[in-house]
Amino acid sequence: MNHPVIRRICDRKWPVDFWNVRLVTSKNEELSVRQKIVQPARKVLDQGMMVTVLNGSGVGYAATSDLSEHGIGKAFESATAWANQTAQHMVFKAEDFPGVHPQGSYQSPAKNTYHSVSLKDRLDLLKQASEVLSSNSKIVDDEASFSFNDVSQIFLSSEGGHAEQSFHYFYPNLAAVAHENGLTQFRTLNGRGLASQFGFEIFEKRPFKEEAVRIREEAIELLSAENCPTGKMDLILMPDQMMLQIHESIGHPLELDRILGDERNYAGTSFVTLDMFGTYQYGSKLLNITFDPSLEGEFASYAFDDEGNTAKREFLIKDGILVRPLGGLLSQSRAKMPGVANARGSNWNRPAIDRMANLNLEPGNSSFDEIVSAVEDGVIMHSNISWSIDDSRNKFQFGCEYGKLVKNGRVVKTVRNPNYRGISETFWRSLKMTGNQSTFEFYGTPFCGKGEPNQAIRVGHASPACLFEGVEVFGEATT
Amino acid sequence: MTRDYFFDLVADLKEVLGSSYVFTASFSGESSDFVRFNNALVRQAGTVNQGTVQVDVIKGMRHTLVALSLGGNLDDDKKALHALVNEAKANLEYFEDDPFLLYSTDVKDSLDVVDARLPPAAEIVSTIVEATRGLQFVGIHAQGLTHRGFANSFGQRNFVTRETFNTDFSIYLSADKAVKANVAGKTWKTDAFMQELEKSKKMLSLLSRPAKTLAKGNYRAFLSPTAVGEICSMLSWGGFSEKQGRTKQSPLMQLRTSERSLHPSVHLFENTASGTGTPFESGGYLRPAKVELIKEGRWANGLVSPRTAKEYGIDTNGANGNESPESIEIGAGSLAGEDILSSLGTGVLINNLWYLNFSDRTKCQLTGMTRFATFWVENGEILAPMNVIRFDDSIYRLFGSNLEALTKDRQFMLDQSTYEERSTGSMHLPGALVKEIAFTL
Repeated sequence: MNHPVIRRICDRKWPVDFWNVRLVTSKNEELSVRQKIVQPARKVLDQGMMVTVLNGSGVGYAATSDLSEHGIGKAFESATAWANQTAQHMVFKAEDFPGVHPQGSYQSPAKNTYHSVSLKDRLDLLKQASEVLSSNSKIVDDEASFSFNDVSQIFLSSEGGHAEQSFHYFYPNLAAVAHENGLTQFRTLNGRGLASQFGFEIFEKRPFKEEAVRIREEAIELLSAENCPTGKMDLILMPDQMMLQIHESIGHPLELDRILGDERNYAGTSFVTLDMFGTYQYGSKLLNITFDPSLEGEFASYAFDDEGNTAKREFLIKDGILVRPLGGLLSQSRAKMPGVANARGSNWNRPAIDRMANLNLEPGNSSFDEIVSAVEDGVIMHSNISWSIDDSRNKFQFGCEYGKLVKNGRVVKTVRNPNYRGISETFWRSLKMTGNQSTFEFYGTPFCGKGEPNQAIRVGHASPACLFEGVEVFGEATT
Repeated sequence: MTRDYFFDLVADLKEVLGSSYVFTASFSGESSDFVRFNNALVRQAGTVNQGTVQVDVIKGMRHTLVALSLGGNLDDDKKALHALVNEAKANLEYFEDDPFLLYSTDVKDSLDVVDARLPPAAEIVSTIVEATRGLQFVGIHAQGLTHRGFANSFGQRNFVTRETFNTDFSIYLSADKAVKANVAGKTWKTDAFMQELEKSKKMLSLLSRPAKTLAKGNYRAFLSPTAVGEICSMLSWGGFSEKQGRTKQSPLMQLRTSERSLHPSVHLFENTASGTGTPFESGGYLRPAKVELIKEGRWANGLVSPRTAKEYGIDTNGANGNESPESIEIGAGSLAGEDILSSLGTGVLINNLWYLNFSDRTKCQLTGMTRFATFWVENGEILAPMNVIRFDDSIYRLFGSNLEALTKDRQFMLDQSTYEERSTGSMHLPGALVKEIAFTL
């Protein structure tokens, strides 16, 4: 309890029924090299706190970057004023508000953090990658980038709750833009999805420079590839596209605050209703979805959510049946059903709402070769490039950077502009095969948008390669 | 944290850096109240006070950026900023000369600061709760001051403070059937909110009719200014960027190369003079009052940041780093408001679009969903609400070969985005009558 800000908060008796504070300190570094030229590097030091107050039957919050005695006092005053002013008008009852007092800590598993690699070496890695990416005249633009974020998050509450979590986030990327005869094609590192809580050790299995060679060659290959065919066919989604598929058509519709209507004006509602939990056949029997904040290194792993609830792995869909929503303690009380520890704010300046964190599709039994062998006519799709879904999270259309045509159980050629569309309600029932552990990979992104005021938050998604049958697939525009 | 605080904060940066350095500094801050509603009750209410300063530390052609969230105690903030700046100075040895570094040395000060005049947010919230009782009213009321500032070692000082509110709401009938509306601006008028509420309630009665599900195919349609705004937001994702054009990534490549064109009635501008976007950028360049981006359906100019200007040897027009518009405007057409339904005849009245993306970026093929109050119209009469449907169509059809008319009346819309901070952008757009829009799912 030596942290001066903690003392300023905890040493005073605040005249309210309950309070909690989320104190966030973030150190961020962004480095990138484009066309072999180092782009303006940026270092950010960000610090602030969010105080939430329950007083009588009202709840209010205040966020401030002023962590002086005076600033903290003003924030408590402001949050209390909102609690008092809204006491008669809250959409939930005071007893539904979670008064949790956690104790504990969490530390990201990163071994080789950016502190252990010199700035010169970090820049050299990026320069080498950009050199590789740009070493063909058909590549008209390229970028190699690292984003590092060290976040210290301290949760305090009125009855002595104190949980400290230290996160190390690493988000590397590579991008190549190939152009020839009026055609432009893009290839990136897993659809810009390689975010995790690991450090430079991720390059031990996938050397950054070798990945740059692959990205460059695949971008060029797409220029002479045939257009993706159109029609109903089998579809193999690789883990870096499954990430988006799980996110949009399972994650968002299962968010309990959406089901309760909070998000209807912005992020949308859900085709899922409260009465569906326990009985609804969401997908085929192969579909097993977990909320798993404990998977080591996955981007949104943590020990406590921002309501102070202890995070643990739970099945949301088991053998295809919908069993549990993505709802934090407040939403659970409002809906009167169990959920998970997923109430999170994107930073100190935003209040906690129901978010996804790590949402994973559990591996099955099939090898990748067995999946391909089972396909008579289909397409394999890698790396998301386009995403769109309706506000109930039902009708979707997604596009990928890179496709492979499969005929009679064999991969025959590369195809460009692979797209597909479907409806969440029925799509997951067409899940025919799930890959085994050898195909299982995890990805993450810091850009999941939701909430009013808006919040972009980190999420992680792990999945094996999956085969879906009878999907509407199509290629580039014909108009 | 306002103008004086920012200027005081950077006042001695020149001395801290030393004579062989220059700096540019940007400030972004806000004091905002956010109250979100569900079922005409308060879901979350709170206040956010924040400010961030970003400094580009420059020595010759080498430079690096540092940013700091400000606490509000000048001595402490100076100390933290000086530590970051000194660290940046030490790190400069690792960076090479940046051939595309460009900043303004021509000192041009500007000041546009307003005082807070809006009523307290709690007062407005009481009005809203009272007026919407019994409705499935959902949304957010945001209000407060936003600040943007610039300073450099040459002595230039710019600052703009605006006070705005943005009440963005929907009223639901059931499931996904709802009407969406927005009142926003500098002056809160309860009458204006009540009028918008009544208009929405009236439209809600139309939503109670049995919904129509359209088969996929091509249909006549009217796109409201809000729906046109969604399309403009998509085009702004690289479409007007000079750099994206020069590197063949722009979704408007075929317009840039004159391979395709839009309808001659389409005139599109970045209108800083009449919009609410920041009138200066982070290198210290002031933005021109108006930049013509599309003229009579053909490519006119791109948005050029200082960096792109240096890279390609052209002039900057003060664009931000993303080269995206902040005060986008489309010129008015001739279709009168009272003639919209009769001119549409039989087709789809689209009030909102949702979740757009490119299904083929090179050809500017867009996909997205209808959302909120979208109606089926026959012979100029609204017959039924529609179930949501996906469109997948090209901008060269929607705003080109299939564009019949733009409306005479345009809507001025404040950007509702609040990711990280409240946006200061705006749009001024007409509605669009189109011969065909392609629905696919």
